Amino acid sequence: MQSPAVTVNGRSLPLDGTAPSTTALDWLRAQGLVGCKEGCAEGECGACSVLVARPGRTTPTQWTALNACLVPIAAFAGQELVTAEGLGTPDALHPVQREMAERGGSQCGYCTPGFVCSMAAEYYRADRAPAAASDGHPGGGPDHLHGPNGFDLHALSGNLCRCTGYRPIRDAAFALGAPDDDDRLAARRSQPPPPAPATRVAADGAEFVRPAGLADALTLLADRPEALLAAGCTDWGVEVNLRGQRAPLVVAIDQLPELRGFDVTASAVEIGASLSLSEIEERLAGRLPLLDQVFPQFASRLIRNGATIGGNLGTGSPIGDTTPALLALEATVVLASVDGEREVPLADYFTGYRRSVRRADELIRAVRIPLPAAGLAAFHKVAKRRFDDISSVAVAFALDVRDGVVRRARIGLGGVAATPVRARATEDALTDQRWDADTVDRAAAVLATEGTPLDDHRSSAAYRSAMLGQALHRLFAENPTPQEVGA
Amino acid sequence: MSALSERPAEPVVGRAVPHESAALHVTGQALYTDDLVGRTKDVLHAWPRQVMHAHARVTALRTEPAYAVPGVVRVLTAADVPGVNDAGVKHDEPLFPDEVMFYGHAVCWVLGETLEAARLGAEAIEVEVEPLPALVTVREAIAAGSFQGGQPHLERGDVEAGLAGAAHVFSGELEFAGQEHFYLETHCSLAHVDENGQVFVQSSTQHPSETQEIVAHVLGLTNSEVTVQCLRMGGGFGGKEMQPHGFAAIAALGATLTGRPVRLRLNRSQDMTMSGKRHGFHARWRVGFDESGCLQALDATLTSDGGWSLDLSEPVLARALCHVDNAYWIPNVRVNGRIAKTNKTSQTAFRGFGGPQGMLVIEDILGRCAPLLGVDAAELRRRNFYTAGGTTPYGQPVRHPERLATIWQKVLDASDFAARTSEIEAYNATHPHTKRGLAVTPVKFGISFNLTAFNQGGALVHVYKDGSVLINHGGTEMGQGLHTKMLQVAATTLGVPLHRVRLAPTRTDKVPNTSATAASSGADLNGAAVKNACEQIRGRLAQVAAERLGISPADVRFADGAVHGIAFASDRLAWEEVVKAAYFQRVQLWAAGFYRTEGLHWDSSRMRGEPFKYFAYGAAAAEVEVDGFTGAYRTRRVDIVHDVGDSLSPLVDLGQIEGGFVQGAGWLTLEDLRWEEREGPHHGRLATQAASTYKLPSFSEMPEVFNVTLLPNATEEGAVYGSKAVGEPPLMLAFSVREAIRQAAAAFGPPGLSVDLASPATPEAVYWAIEQARRSTEHGHVDEGAPGVLPDQPAADAPPMVPFSERVQRMMTRT
Ligand SMILES: Cc1cc2nc3c(=O)[nH]c(=O)nc-3n(C[C@H](O)[C@H](O)[C@H](O)COP(=O)(O)OP(=O)(O)OC[C@H]3O[C@@H](n4cnc5c(N)ncnc54)[C@H](O)[C@@H]3O)c2cc1C
Ligand code: FES
Ligand code: FES
Repeated sequence: MQSPAVTVNGRSLPLDGTAPSTTALDWLRAQGLVGCKEGCAEGECGACSVLVARPGRTTPTQWTALNACLVPIAAFAGQELVTAEGLGTPDALHPVQREMAERGGSQCGYCTPGFVCSMAAEYYRADRAPAAASDGHPGGGPDHLHGPNGFDLHALSGNLCRCTGYRPIRDAAFALGAPDDDDRLAARRSQPPPPAPATRVAADGAEFVRPAGLADALTLLADRPEALLAAGCTDWGVEVNLRGQRAPLVVAIDQLPELRGFDVTASAVEIGASLSLSEIEERLAGRLPLLDQVFPQFASRLIRNGATIGGNLGTGSPIGDTTPALLALEATVVLASVDGEREVPLADYFTGYRRSVRRADELIRAVRIPLPAAGLAAFHKVAKRRFDDISSVAVAFALDVRDGVVRRARIGLGGVAATPVRARATEDALTDQRWDADTVDRAAAVLATEGTPLDDHRSSAAYRSAMLGQALHRLFAENPTPQEVGA
Repeated sequence: MSALSERPAEPVVGRAVPHESAALHVTGQALYTDDLVGRTKDVLHAWPRQVMHAHARVTALRTEPAYAVPGVVRVLTAADVPGVNDAGVKHDEPLFPDEVMFYGHAVCWVLGETLEAARLGAEAIEVEVEPLPALVTVREAIAAGSFQGGQPHLERGDVEAGLAGAAHVFSGELEFAGQEHFYLETHCSLAHVDENGQVFVQSSTQHPSETQEIVAHVLGLTNSEVTVQCLRMGGGFGGKEMQPHGFAAIAALGATLTGRPVRLRLNRSQDMTMSGKRHGFHARWRVGFDESGCLQALDATLTSDGGWSLDLSEPVLARALCHVDNAYWIPNVRVNGRIAKTNKTSQTAFRGFGGPQGMLVIEDILGRCAPLLGVDAAELRRRNFYTAGGTTPYGQPVRHPERLATIWQKVLDASDFAARTSEIEAYNATHPHTKRGLAVTPVKFGISFNLTAFNQGGALVHVYKDGSVLINHGGTEMGQGLHTKMLQVAATTLGVPLHRVRLAPTRTDKVPNTSATAASSGADLNGAAVKNACEQIRGRLAQVAAERLGISPADVRFADGAVHGIAFASDRLAWEEVVKAAYFQRVQLWAAGFYRTEGLHWDSSRMRGEPFKYFAYGAAAAEVEVDGFTGAYRTRRVDIVHDVGDSLSPLVDLGQIEGGFVQGAGWLTLEDLRWEEREGPHHGRLATQAASTYKLPSFSEMPEVFNVTLLPNATEEGAVYGSKAVGEPPLMLAFSVREAIRQAAAAFGPPGLSVDLASPATPEAVYWAIEQARRSTEHGHVDEGAPGVLPDQPAADAPPMVPFSERVQRMMTRT
């Protein structure tokens, strides 16, 4: 292994002496790149947003915005980062910077470098294309979240600004043109990103290891029970920063090719555990409407660019958003260890609050979802804020309705028990019943009593229960006569 | 027109220029206090030892275990304080307390070679405590009679007679939450000791002079031995008016004890659990209307939740009382105020400074009573506006009430209010599961510090031999664009292009004894002072130029870098030429500027006087759509017309209006401060202490259509270049969103229903409001007729309101 270094704004900077738990944010700031700011240290504000060269779908490299506060810098060894300083200078502003500056997109300026990076990622998105204009929308795009230049405001959903009220930032984003022919970062997209090399960073008795392949990773897991897996670090990074968690050994699995597969057959979709949610969204391309409804409601684009599906199950959180959907889709989890693989139905995977059947020497290699999926699918997430909030409750529906009768019902719930659960009583109340107001009234009453919701700062228990019942009412109101698919 | 408000031809003020630091912001090159750490050698990092009890006595504090942690250099405790162990000006905020007053109160601080070392050191410290009973909610404090500070009483006319003669009497209660500032940059200070023991503190502070004073009194130094500098802040919003002092003092104390620079930067959870917030309030009220819905009397008691110490609670409460009328003429008024003492962070200034809280009470009353009166809410508001000759309950004439009427009409026109109201009715009739609401609300907000003495500003302007200009002034930059405006003022007064003027960071050794950059007064006070300094210099230069041009100094004009006579065909001199000539004639090319706002007086024990220079007006019409299944809502469209006088800097002012509005909407509809109210180990803990649980407005809360217009032809006599303050007033335009939500929720029920809405109106709160409307034909919790809910009247021995600074003044005049 060569001694690790990270390329930042075109310069290779060594990682010598860096502690394995040092975040990319702290490291960049220590390098003098203080445009990278800390607003929360938990992935919520985007002040730390930076651009990372990552594999793209339409171009070999895609400039991907990530939260530098969550990821240890060691995880970027061998990779290429760009910060606001690297995009432009006061005398030679980048187009994104110019629009932001001239349109009043900064007031106190603290959130601004992060916004600039998130905006630049969308600016460089290769398939961003001017949209057919429509009237009525102030930005001139097809809806109020898309600009006439194809800019998708969801790209900025993980960036908070306390000063501007966002309107000038939106206008800056919607005013952007296409990159010039001689734009370095645009040109960079046509070459693949550097492969993530095997890495070891160690200091003060702690280690960060990126194994060369799955076999190495599994051996390490078998030998070192104290090892902690890290994928996108969007969950682990919060533990490190806010709760002072430190692991003696962190094993990075986000780039393992064996965990980044994506396979569709007639009977199943297999999704590699280390694919990010953004990547999965792109690859599924609408194949699973239920998951399509999950993605935009899952955190922010910044987080989805890092967060993996394996990590979402790995946290075992009762309020994880993919789990209720995967439960409704009857997914299975593929666990791998040095002894081989086993496949466990997700419904049997969780055994208690943040506990599962996974052994310490196992990792989740993939998630399998059987096909064809149910015809009537919906994901209802109830939270305080519409963008980027954690669920108070989440309800995933997958129903087959034929000849006006519910033939099969699968409902996954988040936020109502120590683990995500299936709403089995409600499923029974629906199955073989007519899909009509009476059935829905009866079943909604059952659904409202599923689980044992908590009273906490997100919601009262009463509201959570009410939301369960309302979810079914809403499903019916929106789909009184669902399209009938299935065999 | 007054000399202060008059603009020359082609002024630089009034141009829409970007923020002076915009290019630095977008490239990541603008420096904030913590960005200096990497440029400073041998920095030590500070970490607090917070104690997780709502209320407890510290019985033992063992710091030795911290020293066993590698990298720990020093633990700071009360014993180290050479001066006064207090972080405030009222001596009720011990810097190192022996009684824990709120969950997360820091009892000592650890300095380490690294932040990690300091953190582990703080964890290692052993603290023993004896838990004490705690009061967490304002209701608990009211029940226990736990109050602090003065209890202001504002009265005009005869409330009892007003109520007795009213055609309709209603009464009710309202409790509403405070707000976390959530400036993106948390509190930060970096201190070091210069040669000669001079202490230099860089601090993210809105009030460098007071930070300086507190640092000096903690260290036992004179003010002249301490210098405070604020480069810029990543947001302040009032949260850095009083709160930075203690943190700066800790850093300075650490620096004097170790001889090394000390950095103290709070992380987000420390900032949220340790620093003060907007006050939540509780209100009980009785109100009388005549047959036509005109207000006859208001009797109310407002209790603010002050937290554990006074901080700015008294002036905040005074301003709340002074804004309970908002834009409405109420002939008979009695409003009592008191400050609950609770075991929470010490609540403080926040954009609006009590004004929003006072106004929320009356807007809530009107929103709830309109259906009971059978009057449309917009019409009810308009009917009660101040008109010519009206005076506020505290006796200040309301100047320019016609602006309110003009603005109102403009907003109704711009928003197409009547047509959209009918469209919404039609929409609501055909959509059982979603309803829309459109509401319009006014703002009248008094500008100036209530306390007269604070209404002064200072500046120091240098013109160098090459003609370049450097300005210093007493105000701080937190994103509000003050520095941009000051550059424009200086360029206008000196008649030079904007790029000839530079601005230096705010420092107490440049301009002393400054007031906080607060109360929206930054541009008024400092702008007038900058103008004053520039005028002195310009006057001297006019003499020099007059000689050269062979004209009278009174006829010399300065514009766009040239100096010429008033006559059309006059010769022109370059600015640089005149400056150089002046230097060789030994003319002083720098000046100190000063300004004091004239005509203000205020007696806070009687709550009477004319505390405000003028009122800022505005109105907003907001349309929301509410989802009946969940209570979630979105803001479809907002139209605002706002009075900023003649704008000094339209892009900046627009930003203040939009940003203030969204922040106000956040306070009223989303941001949810939840303290653990249940007894137990976490009693008093702030449950929403992180960005993941305390949700700020994000892009999803931006109004989908957002139209803002500045009121044209709005010159404000007697203010710098005819402008008006803009920092705070727009926040209160957001009442329109809350009222629109109330109307949309009501639309789920039968027509004419009065609906209660909690504040913040989170989706859950809106859902319960919808349920009230859907399930019942009964109105919300408004009592009709006498006696109804009776506001508490103050006890006979209630202390009058005599803010500390007035007490000091009196003490000084007595001696
Ligand atoms: C701002 C923010 C918003 C968020 N919003 C949401 C949201 O809306 N909905 C939601 O569900 N979650 C949300 N999360 C949580 C988090 O993003 C997700 O759980 C994410 O999927 C975690 O993936 P990761 O790859 O980043 O996991 P990591 O942080 O890398 O790992 C998380 C845990 O899973 C384990 N793990 C990772 N990969 C594997 C594997 N292949 N096999 C076994 N164990 C593994 C790790 O050891 C660790 O314990 C949010 C987080 C943040 C910071
Ligand atoms: S610092 Fe807030 S997202 Fe990273
Ligand atoms: S400009 Fe201040 S937080 Fe965005």
